[in-house]
Amino acid sequence: MLSALLLFAAVLGVILFLASRVRGKRSDTWVGYLYLLPVVLLLAVGLVYPGLRTVYESFFDAQGSAFIGVDNYKTIFTDGDQLSVLGNTIIWVLIVPVVATGIGLVYAILVDKSRFESFAKALIFLPMAISMVAAGVIWKFMYEYRPDQQNVKQIGLINQIIVWLGGKPVQLLITDTAKLNTLLLIVVFIWIQAGFAMTILSAAIKAIPDEIIEAARLDGVSPWSMFVKITLPSVRTTIVVVLTTLAIGTLKVFDVVRTMTGGNFRTSVIANEFYSQLIRADNQGLAAALAVVLFVLVTPIIVYNIRQVRQEA
Amino acid sequence: MMTATPLATAPELKAETPGAAALAKKRLSSPWASLAAIVIAVLWTLPTFGLLLSSFRPEMDIKRTGWWTFFTNPQVTLDNYRAVFDSDTGVNLGTYFVNSLMICIPSVLIPVSLAALAAYAFAWVNFRGKNILFVAVFALQIVPLQVTLIPLLTIFAKAGIAGTFWPLWLAHTTFALPLAIYLLHNFIKEIPATLIEAARVDGAGHVSIFFKVMLPLLTPALAAFGIFQFLWVWNDLLVALVFAGGGDTVAPITLQLANLTGTRGTAWHLLASGTFVSIIVPVTVFLLLQRYFVRGLLAGSVKG
Repeated sequence: MLSALLLFAAVLGVILFLASRVRGKRSDTWVGYLYLLPVVLLLAVGLVYPGLRTVYESFFDAQGSAFIGVDNYKTIFTDGDQLSVLGNTIIWVLIVPVVATGIGLVYAILVDKSRFESFAKALIFLPMAISMVAAGVIWKFMYEYRPDQQNVKQIGLINQIIVWLGGKPVQLLITDTAKLNTLLLIVVFIWIQAGFAMTILSAAIKAIPDEIIEAARLDGVSPWSMFVKITLPSVRTTIVVVLTTLAIGTLKVFDVVRTMTGGNFRTSVIANEFYSQLIRADNQGLAAALAVVLFVLVTPIIVYNIRQVRQEA
Repeated sequence: MMTATPLATAPELKAETPGAAALAKKRLSSPWASLAAIVIAVLWTLPTFGLLLSSFRPEMDIKRTGWWTFFTNPQVTLDNYRAVFDSDTGVNLGTYFVNSLMICIPSVLIPVSLAALAAYAFAWVNFRGKNILFVAVFALQIVPLQVTLIPLLTIFAKAGIAGTFWPLWLAHTTFALPLAIYLLHNFIKEIPATLIEAARVDGAGHVSIFFKVMLPLLTPALAAFGIFQFLWVWNDLLVALVFAGGGDTVAPITLQLANLTGTRGTAWHLLASGTFVSIIVPVTVFLLLQRYFVRGLLAGSVKG
């Protein structure tokens, strides 16, 4: 670690030394280039070139040796397993942003100005600080299953509740019926992300000008129409930004799926399938194509998101 | 306890007069509103609480009874925590914990300083091609890191640094730059031009302006992004799996925890304590520096 930090300090030192030496009319140009040199180099070698290279490799076979045209993409859109991956990704991206934003908005309103506001917010926000791996373990424990036999007790809370209610324990993460396991993984991701939605929306709610609220109150509007006519329209752009930011995160979800089911039992999503194909199935071409599909899905949402933020600013 | 809590969020986010939401909430049948808030708070806390409690229960208790039975049969032990640090169990979390720190420190310091320099150049230095370069860096935010991983594996192997910390440092640094530059640029351009002009009149060059004028003003923004980046790197699994999947020499704690879910899926006593060892650092950082973190979040998602 020290070697990296020392090397970095040396590079920075040289740049700053050179920048302090530059004199004359075109000094600004030189300083600008010097300051940007490491960034441009890193981005060119670490992002731009590999990105283009992956697009190129997505047209090659598993070993990256034979050109096979669009076959990898054909596989993604026709193969049964891959179609289930796409289907799951769509379910994720339809459910997570809406539910997480909804819960975040409701909670932000409920605890707003309450005595324990910051403590209450920290409770919801805390899952964001932990890794998705840790979140996966925490929820795997919630979903833990023990067979329905005498002397075997449930240690997972969900199955215990099912038993208390008179039901039989369910293999929650293995049951694919009605996409149960995928939905349970989605619960985990919502649990992680709701705090993000709540934080951003809470800030937006607090930014609503008091005059507007006061005027509405003088007009004697009901609480419900206050919410519908004042609060919601005031934070509308923020809601869109939160929804789109969550959608981007959801499309890239990987850790939760990998930790909890490894993508087995028909729970895989694109980002997880990318890793499975790259490392486990050793199919570099298909992995590259999956990465490109992810890129194509993410790009329009990010562009839209950035335009929203810029318009608001 | 009744009036103040230590977990204060950013003070600037608090308004003094009752807001629309508060009013709506108050009139929207207050007891129900409180009940709903409590239900959500409990749902969000209970899963973590269950595992935390389990991490202090004896192994046999964890495996045979639910954690809620703790309240009728309280048994407490630190054995699980001892076990995850013990080399006999093969978990060795201590090693991975140190690896995580080794990965995190350069992966935060380097991109934050580079981004600060670049953001300064984009905001206050006039040079040819500035706008094109800025748009290019800005646009690179759309590249999901999955798209870069396969070629990077080859590059790192060819450079002979596969299996060391270098791929992790370089990858985390590179992936952080576009967003970091964008966020810091937003902060930096808000600084009044008069400050910089005054310094220039005094004969200060770009280096001394950067250190004497910019850096002190930028500290909160640097802290905000630094915390963001720290949590992101500490909690990362994908980059670690791809570049440090091999062994225990460079793998971070998240990777070992993920391995445990695979190989020791039923060893709940190890999983429970291991999880909380991995959580300690990010949660401490989060609780201590929460308002900077929130500031970073707000700057990144809504107008800064």
